[in-house]
Amino acid sequence: MLEMKKVSSGYGKTEILHSVDFNAEEGKITTVIGCNGCGKSTLIKTALGLIPLKSGEVFLSGKPISEMTPQDTAKCAAYLTQGRNVPDITVGRLVLHGRFPYLNYPRRYGKEDFRLADEAMHRMGVADLAEKPLSSLSGGMRQKVYIAMALAQQSPIIVMDEPTTYLDIGWQMKLADIVRELADSGKTVILVLHDILLALKISDCVTAMSDGRIVFRGTPAELISDGVIEEIFGVRVRSLETENGMQYYYE
Amino acid sequence: MAKRRIKYKYKLLIAALIFVAAAVASICFGTVNFSPPVFLKILMGEADNSVRSILLYSRAPRTLACLFAGAALAASGGTLQSVLSNKLASPSIIGVNSGAGLGVTVACALGAVSGWTVSAAAFIGSLITVAVISLFAVKTGASKTTVILGGVAFNAILNALCESVAVLDSDAAAMSVDFRVGGFSSVSYNRLLPAAVFIVISLLILLTLCNELDVVTLGDETARGIGLKVENYRIIFLVLSAVLAGAAVSFSGLLGFIGLIVPHFARRIVGSESGKLIPFCILSGGAFVAMCDTVSRIIFSPFEMPVGVLMAVIGGPVFIALLIRTKGGRRYA
Repeated sequence: MLEMKKVSSGYGKTEILHSVDFNAEEGKITTVIGCNGCGKSTLIKTALGLIPLKSGEVFLSGKPISEMTPQDTAKCAAYLTQGRNVPDITVGRLVLHGRFPYLNYPRRYGKEDFRLADEAMHRMGVADLAEKPLSSLSGGMRQKVYIAMALAQQSPIIVMDEPTTYLDIGWQMKLADIVRELADSGKTVILVLHDILLALKISDCVTAMSDGRIVFRGTPAELISDGVIEEIFGVRVRSLETENGMQYYYE
Repeated sequence: MAKRRIKYKYKLLIAALIFVAAAVASICFGTVNFSPPVFLKILMGEADNSVRSILLYSRAPRTLACLFAGAALAASGGTLQSVLSNKLASPSIIGVNSGAGLGVTVACALGAVSGWTVSAAAFIGSLITVAVISLFAVKTGASKTTVILGGVAFNAILNALCESVAVLDSDAAAMSVDFRVGGFSSVSYNRLLPAAVFIVISLLILLTLCNELDVVTLGDETARGIGLKVENYRIIFLVLSAVLAGAAVSFSGLLGFIGLIVPHFARRIVGSESGKLIPFCILSGGAFVAMCDTVSRIIFSPFEMPVGVLMAVIGGPVFIALLIRTKGGRRYA
């Protein structure tokens, strides 16, 4: 569970988030949507302690983040960042570093760490690439590798900023299944998505942001009925009940 | 992954064998040559005193100095290249060499003539530079680009100060020439010991923190996301690199080229993973310097060629060839 109470934060003297209340529950997929620059990434970075608070408090699994070390935070929450370096490292080693928060003296990864990294690579379909340099892969394959790294972290909360970036449609759907499995296993899943239709399709709860404030929080159906999407993005979304569940489309 | 680990062990074993062979060659060959059986006799205490003296008080400290300097400078360069995400980084880029050079020039201007004093001055000069760099890194949040640009500025300032002292005192300029070229001809146990202690401790810490070094290369956000205090560790690695380089140049003089080329070769052989790269840099750096020093002693025997000159003559063209072969240098951009 992740909870933010009256949180304000930003970069330097500039405040980006203004007194935000946000929470994401265990066993559910919570999606954050909003226009470019509205503060979505700032929200999750603040939630994970990567940006200092100006006011308010954040709780990860019930503990105040102000009392947690970076290592404790990483054990509690895995984070897939939006923009990344392409380090000179093999796929297998990168995924293994997902186990870094659990590293103790003598600072060497153990058998269990290798096993969990292998498991995460198999889940994301990159196990065969373990020996390949990350720099030799396409953007989509790199994205899968970084998602595998986040999965290897085995934390109760998993936060992904634009996880579908570079992924083909098949893998976008497969990722949707994976995050559902994670939520069903009791994890708190938080996604930042630009793809509104995907957000509506896979979310249990949607949070919409505008200008550093949360302007809506509710189910996908409530989001459509409230007209929030039209208000924020200027587009209208309709839903259609089919035998495969609710489907969404732009009008 | 298992297959790769076994392969790496063989590569490391070969590097270790070359390291030992270079050390033995460094002890056995020079103006006076000892065959390996004689060397074994000396080790077992069966040789006469004069031979034993040459070995223990001339060759052995020199060989140890080569191995320590090569290992320290290569590990320092490898670490800097990783932590600054810049494969052209080397100890000289953060001003350590210039700091040591200034220390030596000032010491010579103040009348220091013994090798030990010059060595201490180099060490103090480089350590002061380390302190200034660390302070600068803390103040600037240890941003990679800022550290590199700051290093360029420090280099310019320290070189200017060094040149100013040299202009004012021409004797100091002449006396510091040997230091600037680099070499091991005047190394003794007294000069080597304090620096060797710093080198051993720094290398042990560095080898313990290889995973942290890898994680720093992943980028600030990713590294913080898995629980690493990036700014703190970047400063730790900068300080370790600077101490290693400073300790090495205190007795070897300015052999800055090692910190650039050995990590490049090592990366090509074992990749960039720090847990593999740093041990390989230590062995290959030590072996390379020992081999170059041996060649520098025998190539124009009985005269000795400065090892820094030989390294530049061999290393420069090889490095350029390497850059050309690697996609016109694009890989190193």
